[in-house]
Amino acid sequence: MLRPKLTFLDRLYLPQILAGMWTTLKHIPRRRFTRQYPEEKFKLLGKYRGAPVLVRNQAGQVKCVSCQLCEFVCPPKAIRLFPGQRDQAAPVEAKIEKEPQDFVIDMTRCIYCGMCEEVCPEQAIFLKKDFAIAGYKRTELQFHKDKLLELGGVHEDPICKWKNK
Amino acid sequence: MSESTVNLTIDGRAVRAVPGTNLIEAARLAGIEIPHFCYHPQLPIAGNCRMCLVEVGLPKLGADRKPELDSQGQPLINFAPKLTIACNATVSAGMVVLTRTPKVIKARRGVMEFLLINHPLDCPICDQAGECRLQELAVDYGQGCSRFVEEKEHKPKRTPLGPKIMLDDERCILCSRCIRFMREVAGQDCLGFTHRGSRSTLICYPGQEPATNYDLNIVDICPVGALTSTDFRFRQRVWFLKETPSICPHCATGCNTVVWSREGVVYRQTPRDNPAVNQCWMCDLGRLNYKFINDPNRLTTPLIGGQPANWLAAIAHVAQRLNAIRATGGQIAGVGAARATTEELFLFGKLFQGLESKLLDSVPRSGASDKLLLNSDRNPNMRGAQLAGVAANPPGHRLAAIADGIASGAIKALLVLGEDVTSAGIGPDLLAKLELLVTIDILPSAMTQAAHVVLPGASFAEKGGTFINAKGRMQQLNPAVASPGQARPEWQILSELLAAVSSRALRDGQPRAANAWKKPAPDFPNLGKVFAAMAAEAPALADLTLESVGAQGVQIKE
Ligand code: SF4
Ligand code: SF4
Ligand code: FES
Repeated sequence: MLRPKLTFLDRLYLPQILAGMWTTLKHIPRRRFTRQYPEEKFKLLGKYRGAPVLVRNQAGQVKCVSCQLCEFVCPPKAIRLFPGQRDQAAPVEAKIEKEPQDFVIDMTRCIYCGMCEEVCPEQAIFLKKDFAIAGYKRTELQFHKDKLLELGGVHEDPICKWKNK
Repeated sequence: MSESTVNLTIDGRAVRAVPGTNLIEAARLAGIEIPHFCYHPQLPIAGNCRMCLVEVGLPKLGADRKPELDSQGQPLINFAPKLTIACNATVSAGMVVLTRTPKVIKARRGVMEFLLINHPLDCPICDQAGECRLQELAVDYGQGCSRFVEEKEHKPKRTPLGPKIMLDDERCILCSRCIRFMREVAGQDCLGFTHRGSRSTLICYPGQEPATNYDLNIVDICPVGALTSTDFRFRQRVWFLKETPSICPHCATGCNTVVWSREGVVYRQTPRDNPAVNQCWMCDLGRLNYKFINDPNRLTTPLIGGQPANWLAAIAHVAQRLNAIRATGGQIAGVGAARATTEELFLFGKLFQGLESKLLDSVPRSGASDKLLLNSDRNPNMRGAQLAGVAANPPGHRLAAIADGIASGAIKALLVLGEDVTSAGIGPDLLAKLELLVTIDILPSAMTQAAHVVLPGASFAEKGGTFINAKGRMQQLNPAVASPGQARPEWQILSELLAAVSSRALRDGQPRAANAWKKPAPDFPNLGKVFAAMAAEAPALADLTLESVGAQGVQIKE
């Protein structure tokens, strides 16, 4: 292809630079859209789905009973659960016999779809608002039970269904 | 109509059944499911769950005892005013059974509602979830929501019934299958109900606990999660498990089983129906005999002189050493476990045919037997070992000759397939005299300590093959999980060894670097070929193929 022939003005570049400057100047008085992330965080809406985490109830008990439904439903197979027996000596609802020994969510696999939250019969897993999950190693992104519970905190349970089972 | 059957109609479908057949079985013949909880084909009828209610009508008989006909010439049917339980009603000529009328549907819904009144809805923590009849039938026939607002009845939970079983009385639907099994099949009358009505509770008689070798079958037949096995409890949800039909390798009965595994780990074994062998039961010894499959100590790499080696080098080394010993006039003996498959034992026998040695035997292994299933012969495949020409008759009677041969120095090499011969009269002192001791096994033992070459094999759940049980029934194993590390099925090892021993490069017995030897193509690249060769040689297996053995096995010719 032939190059276009440049006029004298074109070869000077000055008109182009001035036009560009004008575009920039035009924007200075306008409203700013850019946010200073990470100093300034996003305001997330109520239904936002961040990383899935585990919660405790108001009595401090782990709510998950390791039914493994979330493990089953999780489309990218990010959840891995190791079921175990709940310590019967602990002052918990005696009828909940199961509790996960370990609960691993691989955040490199999770697609934040929220299926686990939806399927959970115990309201034990929630997609909270954490979205900036980063680490130096893949293993750091495999969140184990303790870490998940720490991220999840307490979820007030108005029903406490096991009381009346 | 033949003399020994009667004709009836179930939901408009004509069914021909043997008199004495109950309506649940007759409906099954017609492909109709009558929901039930307490009925079990192998147990006496109790008729206490009332889930199997159906409408039953019989032809109306006239004064002459002949069926009265309507204007179209069809027999008039007299329907019973009340519903009948199908499990306890037997077929009779001209009977008409209706299983889907509004009356029946309403009755089932009522029964389901009653059953669920006191049943805890704790499916998330109940191990039966996923294989629970109550769950399934509640979805199929229940009404989907509860009208019960009162407090549920509370009963004992987590009651151990002996070390193997855990009882949760709240989940029990009082079908009495376990009571009948323990009384009629296992022969220990130890379970019963106390209290009445909705307070009825399953208990074990004071001072007793189920203590037979068949207790865990009550866990299988319990339609709900009231009885769970302490071994499997809370270990894995059943919907993750892969079911592989297999054969129990614990004794010569060869109960048909299902191996339940997930991602290479075996979680449990349960019996599989086979009327010719085990009906639908299996013994606890066999059932719990699976833990060795996932033993962390499993052998995973071939070892030459205790050093890890690759398969090519190990096979070449064994072949070359065997040929060298034979060239110098040393004798070679073999012991093949009757726990190996028939195919493996056949290849083992072939190997010794090639080496021109008749010094072969299996180690007999026996234990207590009982009247139900457990056989005193604890080798699952002694018949196969004899058919393959490995085991002597009676088994083990050539072992003394082998021991003497080793002691006198005539036998210089011993090949052992899956056996610990130190407990069969060939002790470590004798083994130390050998120039070559090769053992193919799955777990470390005194043998693998003493062996010059160790070849890691596969457990019964990791390979195909056949066993021939004490009654001469040939049955098939199927691979459920992968072998750990480099371990591989024994038939593959033996087929390669067979090819290597006769390969021209190794026949002179001269030491060679492993890479100076090119692996010959084995004659038996797959199990089908092994079986075909075996069937061609053994008259008892004439006309059989591996496929024709099928899921239920075949009786071999005597
Ligand atoms: S949000 Fe979706 S992808 Fe992530 S763990 Fe839950 S089910 Fe799996
Ligand atoms: S679905 Fe809920 S209760 Fe079940 S294992 Fe997952 S988090 Fe635990
Ligand atoms: S199956 Fe007929 S009453 Fe239970």
